[in-house]
Amino acid sequence: MKDFAELIKTLDSTNKTTLKVAALTHYFKNAEEKDKVWTIAILSHRRPPRPVNTTLMREWASELANIPLWLFEESYHIVGDLAETIALVIPPAEEPSEKSLNQFLQEIIDLKAKTEAEKKEYLHQNWLSLNYYERFVFTKLITGSFRIGVSQKLMTRALAKATDIDEDILAYKMMGNWKPEKTTFKKLILEENEEDYLSKPYPFYLAYALDGKVEELGDVEEWSAEHKWDGIRSQVIVRNDELFVWSRGEELVTDKYPEFEKFIGNIPNGTVIDGEILPFPEGKIGTFKDLQTRIGRKNISKKLLEKTPVILKAYDVLEWKGEDIRIHPFEERRKILEKLYAEVSSEEIHLHLSERISFKSWTEVAEEREGAREEKSEGLMLKRLDSPYLVGRKKGDWWKWKVDPLTVDAVLTYAMRGHGRRSNLFTDYTFGLWDDEKKELVTFAKAYSGLTDAEFRKLDNWIKKNTLERFGPVRSVTPHHVFEIAFEGIAESKRHKSGVATRFPRMVRWRTDKNIHEANTLGELRDLIPD
Amino acid sequence: MKPPLLAFNKKGIYCEAADVYLDPWKPVDKAIISHGHADHSRWGNKKYITHHSNVPIIKHRLGDIEVAGKEWNETFTINGVKFSLHPAGHIIGSSQIRVEYKGEVWVFTGDYKDENDGVAVPYEPVKCHTFITECTFGLPAFKWQPQAEVFAEINNWWQQNKENGQTSVIFGYSLGKAQRLLKHLDTSIGKIYTHGAIENMTEVIRPLSEMPESTLITRETKKDEIKGNIVVAPPSAHGSPWIKKMVPYVTASASGWMTFRGARRRRAIDRGFVLSDHCDWQGLLKSIKATGAEKVICTHGYTDIFSRYLREIGYDARTEETQYEGEMGEEESKKEVEK
Repeated sequence: MKDFAELIKTLDSTNKTTLKVAALTHYFKNAEEKDKVWTIAILSHRRPPRPVNTTLMREWASELANIPLWLFEESYHIVGDLAETIALVIPPAEEPSEKSLNQFLQEIIDLKAKTEAEKKEYLHQNWLSLNYYERFVFTKLITGSFRIGVSQKLMTRALAKATDIDEDILAYKMMGNWKPEKTTFKKLILEENEEDYLSKPYPFYLAYALDGKVEELGDVEEWSAEHKWDGIRSQVIVRNDELFVWSRGEELVTDKYPEFEKFIGNIPNGTVIDGEILPFPEGKIGTFKDLQTRIGRKNISKKLLEKTPVILKAYDVLEWKGEDIRIHPFEERRKILEKLYAEVSSEEIHLHLSERISFKSWTEVAEEREGAREEKSEGLMLKRLDSPYLVGRKKGDWWKWKVDPLTVDAVLTYAMRGHGRRSNLFTDYTFGLWDDEKKELVTFAKAYSGLTDAEFRKLDNWIKKNTLERFGPVRSVTPHHVFEIAFEGIAESKRHKSGVATRFPRMVRWRTDKNIHEANTLGELRDLIPD
Repeated sequence: MKPPLLAFNKKGIYCEAADVYLDPWKPVDKAIISHGHADHSRWGNKKYITHHSNVPIIKHRLGDIEVAGKEWNETFTINGVKFSLHPAGHIIGSSQIRVEYKGEVWVFTGDYKDENDGVAVPYEPVKCHTFITECTFGLPAFKWQPQAEVFAEINNWWQQNKENGQTSVIFGYSLGKAQRLLKHLDTSIGKIYTHGAIENMTEVIRPLSEMPESTLITRETKKDEIKGNIVVAPPSAHGSPWIKKMVPYVTASASGWMTFRGARRRRAIDRGFVLSDHCDWQGLLKSIKATGAEKVICTHGYTDIFSRYLREIGYDARTEETQYEGEMGEEESKKEVEK
């Protein structure tokens, strides 16, 4: 555990990528085999299920720290991280523990089935036998994800350095449905093993947002354009008469979308399609809200399947007749996909094609983009015709060109302290718009991002001096500041007081030039809802 | 009902019986000043009274002011009210202010810490009926290590950086933290360089406390001579063009706020050392107990939380609004530098 805690501490205490990679490489070269597997699992978000709920953990920690629960809760709001709060309030260890990372994880897995009294005993004992940073790491293993600025990509790079195996191959090996407690470092990383590959998806190729002018991409004839659909990016795999559906978050979601079972037998074995799962109520593409009725469900009722069926809007084909064809040019892969689509698509087989848009100039492309919202898409994807299917987020061959967001000017009404690197700073805000009489501000959205660190600090300072009331961690503030809030989508909602739900609201500008009476009204917001 | 001995009004903490203010935030005729930080010793008062070792500090900061210096424990009477200054241990020249009238005793801490930092005269608890305390770090999450351990870590960090061919840049505010750092850095590792804001303040303090030699970084300072040594700079120097001369460098901050991982990460500082000139949670509770006070007034910091806890454990505790900047203590140095 010590070397793992030391690794996390090093990763956590530098912002330099080279140092992070060096620390990880060092770890992967020196750690115990079993610990390495667990480290890969943890850094790729494969933690054991949470064995204790956090309410109990708070109670037990405050008891051990000998402080009242309310004081623990207040501290937590300020520290902004539960594991960190627990690590801080508990007294230092008398006899530090020597257990290894995989020992701890095995215990955490076993803990789930234990009684509440046993769980409490276990936590108290271990909290008291670890020092601050190890206690923090141990608690993190139980409570939540490690957000320490290490992407899977970065970990893969370090692993490649430590093992001399190609990065892309490693990325592929680490995908899919493996369990850290059931595999070994040798099996997972070092060995070649054909049958393991049956369910494995390919790493997704992700595009950056277009930053310059579209004309700068060069000759329009070298490019392909299609809509950027707003659903769940997925890979659908048919191999050996079995179906596997993977989401972009590397989650196996086959069972959630029984619609695709009919792909077996109709789509040839050895096919991997990259596409977007979209809701398709009443034979039309629905909104993301429709899709949300499907995402959370484990058991899909017949009724729901009829009301909100899904389709796969296919973008690309990555494997064909059992062969990895990612290296082939996009144009060639599309030809295969289009042929497949023409042969198999039907009422029964929910395979749709993300149509390529024909155009002769960038102006025509731009016009198509303007109309994206009506098509229920987020904008356009631009792909170079000769591009291979790369791994991860890469610049150059693929670009996403989203429609400009919708914006309104809103008034800051409430603030809450942030988490992680924003702990103890008021960075989570609630915004209001005027009701139609312009008398009262009605809450319409929350936003946490879009300001610079300097702006956050300035606003934090102002909030602390202009608090009207405190409601636990939330403070109401004097209505004074106006912000331009951007969002991607908008729909009616009965759940919101304003009657409107917005998608991805964020701050784009601090309108210091505007006073609160110049903010928009709810009526003006409702006018943005498409018919 | 008789007026309280000390009242909180728009200008500061007011003693009506003596017609004197303690650490006022608006200009007044007569001000007794706890210490030299900008939120406690403001510009524009007609007369200042403070500990004599704070006199050169506030003169340096505020210019030509009328100021009287007092000794520790020296009683001076104004309109029959007895005042005296007692060490607060926060920074050099920092005092608690004791006020006694008709048998009633109040103590105002200004800012204080209960650990001896080797530069400031150590804090001494003063018996009183009402204790007006800061609580900048009044949360159980704050727990300081002994200073010797923290400096062992700092010096070790410097040594490591030197071995890696890097310069160490450590941030701390210019009055107090900087001198504490200077005093305890291990000069057998290398030389100590300073930013102008730090050097100026340190010049003022040198006659009051012995400290190792420091070298001001000027335009003429060569890049090569700094390499592997340590540079003490105010936090606002982080990210400024000035720091480019230190390349290749690693940064650290020495502050109580470094307790929070997030505080260090959002400043993009490589290393955080938890080193504070205020009391931690236990320090506050012990100090309050040692005064024997029944009434406690919390002035700045996590006041609501801290006073609620004090009430739960049996004190008659409350919060008063002031303009001391406990919660914003992190920004303190910025103003110092911009002056």
